[in-house]
Amino acid sequence: MLGKLTWAAIPFDQPIPLTVGAGVLVVLLAVIAWVVIAGHLPYLWREWITSVDHKRIGVMYCLLALVMLLRGGSDAIMMRAQQAIAFHSQGYLPPEHYNQIFSAHGTIMIFFVGMPFVIGLMNFVVPLQLGVRDVAFPTLNSVGFWLTATGALLVNISLVVGEFARTGWLPYPPLSELTYSPGVGVDYYLWSLEISGVGTLVAGINLVTTVLKLRTKGMTYLRMPVFCWTTLAANLLIIAAFPILTATLAMLILDRYLGFHFFTNEAGGNVMMFMNLIWAWGHPEVYILVLPAFGIYSEIVPAFSGKPLFGYRSMVMATMAICIISFCVWLHHFFTMGAGPNVNAIFGIASMIIAVPTGVKIYNWLFTMYGGRIRFATPMMWSVGFMVTFIIGGLTGVLVAVPPADFLLHNSMFLIAHFHNVIIGGVLFGAFAGYTYWFPKAFGFRLHEGWGKAGFWFTLTGFYLTFFPLYAAGFLGMTRRMQHYDVAEWRPWMIAAGVGMVLLSIGVLSQVVQLVVSIRDRNSVSLRDVTGDPWDGRSLEWSTASPPPVFNFAVLPDVEGEDAYWKIKSRAREQGLLRREPEYRDIEMPRNSPTGFVCAFFATIMGFALIWHIWWMVALGGVGAFATFVAFAWRDHDEYVIPAAEVARIDRANREARLAALRARSAA
Amino acid sequence: MSDQHLHHPIDLAPGDEEEVRVGPRLVGYFTGFGLAVLLTATSFFVAGTHLVWQPSIPVALVVLAIAQMGVHLVFFIHITTDPDNTNNILALAFGLLIVFLVVGGSLWIMSNLNQNMPMPSMDQLMQMQR
Ligand code: HEM
Ligand SMILES: [Cu+2]
Repeated sequence: MLGKLTWAAIPFDQPIPLTVGAGVLVVLLAVIAWVVIAGHLPYLWREWITSVDHKRIGVMYCLLALVMLLRGGSDAIMMRAQQAIAFHSQGYLPPEHYNQIFSAHGTIMIFFVGMPFVIGLMNFVVPLQLGVRDVAFPTLNSVGFWLTATGALLVNISLVVGEFARTGWLPYPPLSELTYSPGVGVDYYLWSLEISGVGTLVAGINLVTTVLKLRTKGMTYLRMPVFCWTTLAANLLIIAAFPILTATLAMLILDRYLGFHFFTNEAGGNVMMFMNLIWAWGHPEVYILVLPAFGIYSEIVPAFSGKPLFGYRSMVMATMAICIISFCVWLHHFFTMGAGPNVNAIFGIASMIIAVPTGVKIYNWLFTMYGGRIRFATPMMWSVGFMVTFIIGGLTGVLVAVPPADFLLHNSMFLIAHFHNVIIGGVLFGAFAGYTYWFPKAFGFRLHEGWGKAGFWFTLTGFYLTFFPLYAAGFLGMTRRMQHYDVAEWRPWMIAAGVGMVLLSIGVLSQVVQLVVSIRDRNSVSLRDVTGDPWDGRSLEWSTASPPPVFNFAVLPDVEGEDAYWKIKSRAREQGLLRREPEYRDIEMPRNSPTGFVCAFFATIMGFALIWHIWWMVALGGVGAFATFVAFAWRDHDEYVIPAAEVARIDRANREARLAALRARSAA
Repeated sequence: MSDQHLHHPIDLAPGDEEEVRVGPRLVGYFTGFGLAVLLTATSFFVAGTHLVWQPSIPVALVVLAIAQMGVHLVFFIHITTDPDNTNNILALAFGLLIVFLVVGGSLWIMSNLNQNMPMPSMDQLMQMQR
């Protein structure tokens, strides 16, 4: 009746996951109870859960990422503590538990922190920057989000029901095959990524279509903000790369469920094919994460330097070059597998070449700052911190891209230091920068500067203190994923890294406090964003109110060049006048739809059932999800009208605020 | 959101089809379907036949498969050469490039790996143990 699921699946004998899981469950139930009792449920359902508004969906993606960052961060703290302790001893985590933690940590950080964070920011910002009202496929957008959330939920369920994979964040066979991993851990991994992978693919298709097809009048390709370009590039990579991941994991599923032999040791299976395929997705994936971050910096650096971006066209070229070259380097992840000197040399050189367009970008940001009047607000701090940190990470990347060097450093702590250097210094700093930069746009008030700066400094120093010792440990021969060790030379470095982790945690905590304090003081003069343009921005998202009305723009803007909003604003400042009031018209907007949520509900049931081999429940979930799609396809009422008078009322309020700001400025 | 479409008179929004009467469109779909069935049937026939030189059969199958893709692109996906289709052509070119890189790269890598890292036979394994 319940497949492999029995009471034995609940780890009553392991206090740590059980208490953590129980704690999370209690908090979750408390939140749900509060929502229901306080009567917020209808509001949540109407305004968020069923929303197809790209802004709301973007915010939910970022929220998911932040919550999962706390989960992945706890894993990190546990691992650092273990390695600080486990010298000549077993530490406090038994091996089978430690292995689950590092596997869950990597999986969560890449798929459920990095991906939702950048997708969320792109979702929120890109339609606003393009001057349009929504993404190309609003309901599909909601489906994509909820499927991603399903994946995250399944990973978290594994904490208390069953176990998670012990194979690392990429489940290399033969270890991940049934023979060596008979439990449900790998199945949790596989199904949560298959399901959230569909969500990611859907988001990718949606954003590419949006950039290619929905741009406001005059928004030619070469007038788009660079963030839109990096969005295009990253989402092209999603469309090209994620199917490889889905197919590769599907093959592993076939091996595990139906006795196929794609990657088994016997019967003609080839484990090397798995490494090849997974990295053909894996390397583009790191650029899927970092390209949007590059875009964020390209928005922030000009805004806080008070200058247009230096070398716009070279930035676009560099973005598209990275997009293509990132598909030519994947072998650098398995130089040591034995492909031979020719292959290794070519892929090594290709890997180094990818550093060139990246270098172009760094120079462009530096020249943008050069001679500008720089304001060091929190988003700008993250950007500068990124430039310094990322250069180091890129250099160590080039080092491991030299095959002979990689033979020494592969899978050592040096590698761990390299990719955290680029992912934290590049992607996470970028996400934080974008979060502080666009937060006022999303909610109408700024985040507290003092706490933001504290968060930045703790994170930055914490990062260096945690990960630079790992470079040293790598040089001393320490390999990754060690549950305990007996080499005395490594010990000091592990302790230093543990101390760094404390600083990093304080950094994260500061940002939590920042959020709480800012929400509390949201109506204060220093935080409230009255005009919708709190940073003196340059692109179109700053030309509408904060938070923007559902329809984003009362009248779709007419773009005359790069830095679209800057032109409009400068003219208004010269003349001391706003543009003439436009002629308001009725606006049609897509209706809310529960399709995404209901679909994901059934997908969760199906995923859980597949993991535990509960076949009747699989059928139930599958039929439910399919029926939801059909019901959605059949509906005939999918838009509603916002009358011109209402549009006028909303827009006039914002115009008044802007006019007042303009007068105050010319008076000063 | 209809006003957005007006700004791109030559660039149709996703899901918007050009105004063509149903008749010609049906003819197009049926032609495509006929060709697709024909190509599929031919593939099955070629795979089993003794009428052609045996070593040429894989090549023939590849050619038929590529033709099949062409039929799908033209008759079902509606790739054409008119200006409205630039995006689609570019997308197709990007797709082809990536497929070429990934498939070509994989073949090259895997052939090298298989050459350098053959699975040891049982005898060799026994020898390694000694
Ligand atoms: C200058 C550009 C870069 C070069 C030349 C480079 C090179 C490399 C090489 C050669 C490896 C494999 C090393 C080994 O396994 O021994 C590697 C691993 C890795 N890199 Fe980079 N990298 C670069 C930038 C990046 C960026 C921007 C990111 C992410 C945003 C990134 C993320 C990773 C990850 C996640 C791994 C290891 C994954 C694993 O084995 O679990 N790299 N890099
Ligand atoms: Cu790589």
